[in-house]
Amino acid sequence: MFSISERELDTSMLERALANDGAGAQVVFEGRVRNANQGRDVTRLDYEAHAGMALKEGQRILDAAREQFAILHALAVHRVGSLAIGECAVWVGVSATHRDAAFLACRYIIDELKSGLPIWKKEHYADGDSGWVGCEYDTHERVSSQG
Amino acid sequence: MPRTHLGSMAPLYGLVLAGGQSTRMGRDKAALEFDGLSALERAFSLVDARCEQSFISVSRAQGDDPLRNGFPRIEDRHGSVGPADGILSAQLSHPHAAWLVVACDLPLLDAATLDALVARRGTERTVTAFRSTEDGLPEPLCAIYEPASHARLEAFFAGGMNCPRKMLMRLDIGLLEQPRLGALDNVNAPADLEHMHFATHNRRLKTLDIEYFALFRERAGTDRETVRLGASTPEELFELLSERHAGLEPLRNMKVAVNDEMVAMTTLLRDGDTVLFFPPVSGG
Repeated sequence: MFSISERELDTSMLERALANDGAGAQVVFEGRVRNANQGRDVTRLDYEAHAGMALKEGQRILDAAREQFAILHALAVHRVGSLAIGECAVWVGVSATHRDAAFLACRYIIDELKSGLPIWKKEHYADGDSGWVGCEYDTHERVSSQG
Repeated sequence: MPRTHLGSMAPLYGLVLAGGQSTRMGRDKAALEFDGLSALERAFSLVDARCEQSFISVSRAQGDDPLRNGFPRIEDRHGSVGPADGILSAQLSHPHAAWLVVACDLPLLDAATLDALVARRGTERTVTAFRSTEDGLPEPLCAIYEPASHARLEAFFAGGMNCPRKMLMRLDIGLLEQPRLGALDNVNAPADLEHMHFATHNRRLKTLDIEYFALFRERAGTDRETVRLGASTPEELFELLSERHAGLEPLRNMKVAVNDEMVAMTTLLRDGDTVLFFPPVSGG
């Protein structure tokens, strides 16, 4: 199941929800807020989502993982709101009979979540500046205007 | 409607090319209807509004065709297939005139595009033509041919060349940028027709609910608005919205959802749609 949370994630509770007596392997990935990006000191991150579409797309990604890999269970949660350094922004957990499928599925899910969910993060820097990650209007990002 | 022309400029005559065989379409392209007019009538009225006299170009076999009978006609002299014959025949019939030549299978051609062409005529150009937005080559079938171009074109034709695009490439003329993208898209197959038919009608005003996210929300200065605009696709819509909001500009890798489904920026919009603009995502 995929969900979006406005509150701090209780990762031990998530791990217990994932636990399964038939699982010989349980792989968990935690994406955390880092204190620097591209040479700038980061003080916090604001996450914004289109919740309805993110929930639908997140569930589609988990379903696709269960089809592609021999796993028993997959769970993922993404945070929204204002996050401090060190906070968990995204949590992915996979249980499987054997470890190979669990590792592969976990990697697949986090990669797909990062590229496919309608979620955006804004970095706040130590110098007071801020910016949306991956969307600056610089010369590389700008679409050349035609006609 | 006569158009006054400056001193040494040749008078402008119009020629609508309607001699094609419409092989791929499977029926006569000149007779296809857009907005209640045949393609031929529509092209003719656009051209005639900008020229002193206008004609349609027909092949010998089309002499008695009822659709074409109602127009002043110039018959292909060489009896060959293809538009070059039509252009040359018109030049031979009125050698003092410059010719605004337009194919009849351009259903999205508009007045602004023709006006841009006419405005850029000059004695220094033997042919005034647009650059194709697809391949950068000249667009010979919406162009103005000055009298001075005839000798060169005739020589190409006599040398076995019958593709007007290749002729224009050899003439080394400066090409104009099209003021309106897509205006010269032509229709060759029934599938093109269906898409264009929809697109032409689809430029009509429609009410759209817009939602902006993240950077786009900040740049637009609002998270949602309802607009009434004549955009055909999300791409066109975003361009119009960019004109309203100073900081808003398209981004590579931006995405759009219509009625909560992710769609391509070129999807056709309908009245009442809710359109969500997403800047590049950055979850995780």
